[in-house]
Amino acid sequence: MAGVTGAARPTVAVLDYGSGNTHSAVRALQRAGADARLTADADDVMNADGLVVPGVGAFQSVMTALKDLGATRWIGRRVAGGRPVLGICVGHQILFDAGVEHGVRTEGMGEWPGVVEALPAPIVPHMGWNTVRPAEGSALFRGIEDERFYFVHSYGVLKWEFDQAHEKIAPPRVTWANHGGDFIAAVENGPLAATQFHPEKSGDAGMQLLANWLGTL
Amino acid sequence: MTVAVRVIPCLDVDAGRVVKGVRFEDLRDAGDPVELARRYNEAGADELTFLDVTASTADRSTTYDVVAQTAEEVFIPLTVGGGVRSVEDVDKLLRSGADKVSINTAAVARPEVIDEITRRFGSQVLTLSLDARRTDDPSVASGFEVTTHGGRQGTGIDAVAWCREAAERGVGEILLNSIDADGTQEGFDLEMIRAVRAVTTVPLIASGGAGSPEDFPPAIDAGADAVLAASIFHFGPVDMIARVKQAIREAGHPVR
Repeated sequence: MAGVTGAARPTVAVLDYGSGNTHSAVRALQRAGADARLTADADDVMNADGLVVPGVGAFQSVMTALKDLGATRWIGRRVAGGRPVLGICVGHQILFDAGVEHGVRTEGMGEWPGVVEALPAPIVPHMGWNTVRPAEGSALFRGIEDERFYFVHSYGVLKWEFDQAHEKIAPPRVTWANHGGDFIAAVENGPLAATQFHPEKSGDAGMQLLANWLGTL
Repeated sequence: MTVAVRVIPCLDVDAGRVVKGVRFEDLRDAGDPVELARRYNEAGADELTFLDVTASTADRSTTYDVVAQTAEEVFIPLTVGGGVRSVEDVDKLLRSGADKVSINTAAVARPEVIDEITRRFGSQVLTLSLDARRTDDPSVASGFEVTTHGGRQGTGIDAVAWCREAAERGVGEILLNSIDADGTQEGFDLEMIRAVRAVTTVPLIASGGAGSPEDFPPAIDAGADAVLAASIFHFGPVDMIARVKQAIREAGHPVR
């Protein structure tokens, strides 16, 4: 299992906004080589080498909690400043334009175009270990292209609507998975990365993915 | 390119110790749930379930310690059940490091607790666990009845209808344990699995009756998305998880 080697362990702030089991994310990041801690402090969030935005539950409640904390602005400022952010599960979903759950549309952060909608699968939630189709040149999936990762979600982004016709801006790298239809499993876009699955619950493969992300900090 | 069938060992924990017995020869301490969890993780378990069978509330805090210690070093999903009655119980377990919580008797007694828990934490955290048995009672339409107290008490509630209601109320998956098959090692109750599969679209975990790796593929064919067992893993050879997965794979189903 690869961890980060070298002199300094990168510092990682795991955003604490009352979202489910964040303990595992902190422990997994520590195991992968980070100096990680759970925090809701603006200075901690801004100063850390990396910010992880976890999230379980409903799109709307996560978005509301992030706004109440002022964290949507923190995320935006970090990204504008080129400072890495990793969204996980609903923390991935809220980076898109909007989420529609039970017929209610909630605006997301709009970092990427697209709407989070119900998975078109006979069995939901999509719960368990699934394969992915990593983007070409992916840094996150380096060395773990053929592994399975742990997913648990009922909604996803089914279409990638990004306008890539800008020669001077590198296009985001998009990784796909399938459950009843294709959906976006991960995005890597400059300082901003996100996974629909839970790397902190994906055993050795997830640990390697976190180590790969820490390697980019 | 589909989601893998999950193979889930279940650990019954009483006051911080694994009960039902475990027979791995090279374990330093067969009763230590954290060590056993570590072992099953290394052996390829896709998920772990702790069932707290502690009788007294006072000893229940040791279960939180077990979950917290396991979550320190085992990075696969952890489900915890036993004695869960309220939103507060779920909150405590999630804070201890559980990813999912299963609810059984308390939901039978007061189904609204399912709505309360899933409204707060989302469907994906809540597993409906039920112990069902065959019955001749004509008022139970499906022929499968919900029991409580480890199968000792019938409720007269139709197990298939209960699964449908719980899914509508928001549980994210169903752990279906056959009381008749439990402990027999004669295979899963396939009719029961088919009956529940026919009325729900949430993931279904089959439990009860596994005696050999060959018992598992029929449960998947009958509609289970995951399989859970205790004795076959506790008392079988160390590579039993791999053998079960091999049998599932050979039957044409994906495994991790």
